Amino acid sequence: MPSTPYIANKPKDIPTPEALRARIPGWGVDLDPKDRPSYPREVFDPAGTGAHWDYPDEQQGREGRERSIEHGQLTPVFGTSAPLKGVSGSIRRYAYRYGEGRAAHWLILLLGDRVDAWGAHAKSFATLRPDNPITETGVLAEGRRHGIASRVGKRRVDVNHQWLDPIVVGGPWVAATAGAVLVARAIVRRARH
Amino acid sequence: MKAMVYRGPYKIRVEEKPMPKIEHPNDAIIRVTTAAICGSDLHLYHGLMPDTRIGHTFGHEFIGVVEEVGPSVQNLQRGDRVMVPFNVYCGSCYYCARGLYSNCHNVNPNATAVGGIYGYSHTTGGYDGGQAEFVRVPFADVGPTIIPDWMDSEDAVLLTDALATGYFGAQLGDIVEGDTVVVFGAGPVGLYAAKSAWLMGAGRVIVIDHLEYRLEKARTFAHAETFNFAEYDDIIVEMKKTTDYLGADVVIDAVGAESDGNFIQQVTGTKLKLQGGSAIALNWAIDSVRKGGTVAVVGAYGPIFSAVKFGDALNKGLTLRMNQTPVKRQWPRLFEHIQNGYLKPNDIVTHRIPLEDIAEGYHMFSAKLDNCIKTLVIANPS
Ligand SMILES: NC(=O)c1ccc[n+]([C@@H]2O[C@H](COP(=O)([O-])OP(=O)(O)OC[C@H]3O[C@@H](n4cnc5c(N)ncnc54)[C@H](O)[C@@H]3O)[C@@H](O)[C@H]2O)c1
Ligand SMILES: [Zn+2]
Ligand SMILES: [Zn+2]
Repeated sequence: MPSTPYIANKPKDIPTPEALRARIPGWGVDLDPKDRPSYPREVFDPAGTGAHWDYPDEQQGREGRERSIEHGQLTPVFGTSAPLKGVSGSIRRYAYRYGEGRAAHWLILLLGDRVDAWGAHAKSFATLRPDNPITETGVLAEGRRHGIASRVGKRRVDVNHQWLDPIVVGGPWVAATAGAVLVARAIVRRARH
Repeated sequence: MKAMVYRGPYKIRVEEKPMPKIEHPNDAIIRVTTAAICGSDLHLYHGLMPDTRIGHTFGHEFIGVVEEVGPSVQNLQRGDRVMVPFNVYCGSCYYCARGLYSNCHNVNPNATAVGGIYGYSHTTGGYDGGQAEFVRVPFADVGPTIIPDWMDSEDAVLLTDALATGYFGAQLGDIVEGDTVVVFGAGPVGLYAAKSAWLMGAGRVIVIDHLEYRLEKARTFAHAETFNFAEYDDIIVEMKKTTDYLGADVVIDAVGAESDGNFIQQVTGTKLKLQGGSAIALNWAIDSVRKGGTVAVVGAYGPIFSAVKFGDALNKGLTLRMNQTPVKRQWPRLFEHIQNGYLKPNDIVTHRIPLEDIAEGYHMFSAKLDNCIKTLVIANPS
């Protein structure tokens, strides 16, 4: 007998609804595709959302808030978690000149992210709470949460790239230390002259 | 207040931060009791999401108690115990009016291609998240819902994203009675999607992962057949074999950007960030579904391009369906299913940690240590 796709009938090995209902609690309670919460995809019901406005009040602090140029206006409500500032802020603001369809927009944002992170690490050393790669990476969980037993003999495929993580995390630190050493040497050399 | 803050890729810590303020008349401030760490948080944690700023607080799955409400709030008062959908949404824009809450146009100035999400970078609006003692919740009359008395509070947290997303993912598959459904990813979302597929009448449910302990959960919690893709040279061929060479009717991608299984995709997608995430599971989904079948994608990808096998999708005549979950639309039905005992969300919770230990919690979840599946974060012991 040829296998399923070479003939018209559906696969034969699907259990009956009775068997499935007996084995699986709730089997088929949402059987009707038209009676599911996200069917149809769009249901026009502005009164059903709880909103008691046609257009929301506008939040304060709108001046200077960056926005996508694909927006016709600044949205009435927005997050204020970490306003743009410093060098990374300028980089990010520049990224917002490009539309969301442009790779430049996202790649410049990612650059801003890295500059933000390096800047924050550097600045943290002037505070009472410098960045601590041990506690902040949570790497001590390796000991407390059975790092070795969780991986060895488990045929996990993510082990083949997890070794890269310390490089992704530590690489910039090594580079920064090297940079600091070079700067220090230059200063010392200049002082000697 | 104490809050988890981002310090750069793979680095977070708990800091003292100013209390969130009412910034809009329909805001509420919620004192978080329990939050959770989601697979989506890993995209931020790994530095994959553009415009993730230092000092940003993550966390889009949380429940808590109303601490303060803005002057226009009508439906909530101080002291109410609420669950908050992960979507920040206005309830009145073009999209919200049509039920597309996750695609709200009024809350995210930073991008039009994605709606608002708590604690999910500035690319989704720049809202601080709920892995903190307190959080600002915009549109308090729209998103938050009072937790019913009968509901377990852990189930309530899981409803704010993971459960709603798994259930939504199964709906995106347009499953009909007797369908063979394959789910890539046995994380919280995949497990719930597999469980939900049965409710929609699937005839076979197959879950694929490489973490044996999660596949074990897929067998017990989700009654699924399982395949460990690390044991096969080519998991797609295996899916063809097990479906008598037809392919599955529906395949759900519950993996997303951190997908494993191909070194080049991993390195370019997640280490070098040259793609919007590694698209291995999505490509496996496209290749293991039958012609004319449906691929439902709830695994999340970043805004940059990913290397997707689009030619196969075209030539096979596939339907691709996907979205961020419009969470609150799923709730009434999911509440019923929980009450009827068809779903027991907190069966997959493996760890409950205090907010102070969140850095180790992220590492554990990211590196998949200690058989962890879902980790809850206790922000304020209630
Ligand atoms: N659409 C939405 O609204 C929404 C909501 C929540 C989560 N998500 C996304 O859903 C995805 C899953 O979330 P989660 O919390 O379950 O995360 P998770 O990290 O716990 O689970 C992902 C699982 O996929 C497995 N996996 C990796 N590569 C695989 C492959 N090639 N094939 C099969 N399995 C593979 C991993 O081992 C892991 O068990 C994430 O991408 C997350 O961002 C989307
Ligand atoms: Zn999530
Ligand atoms: Zn809206």
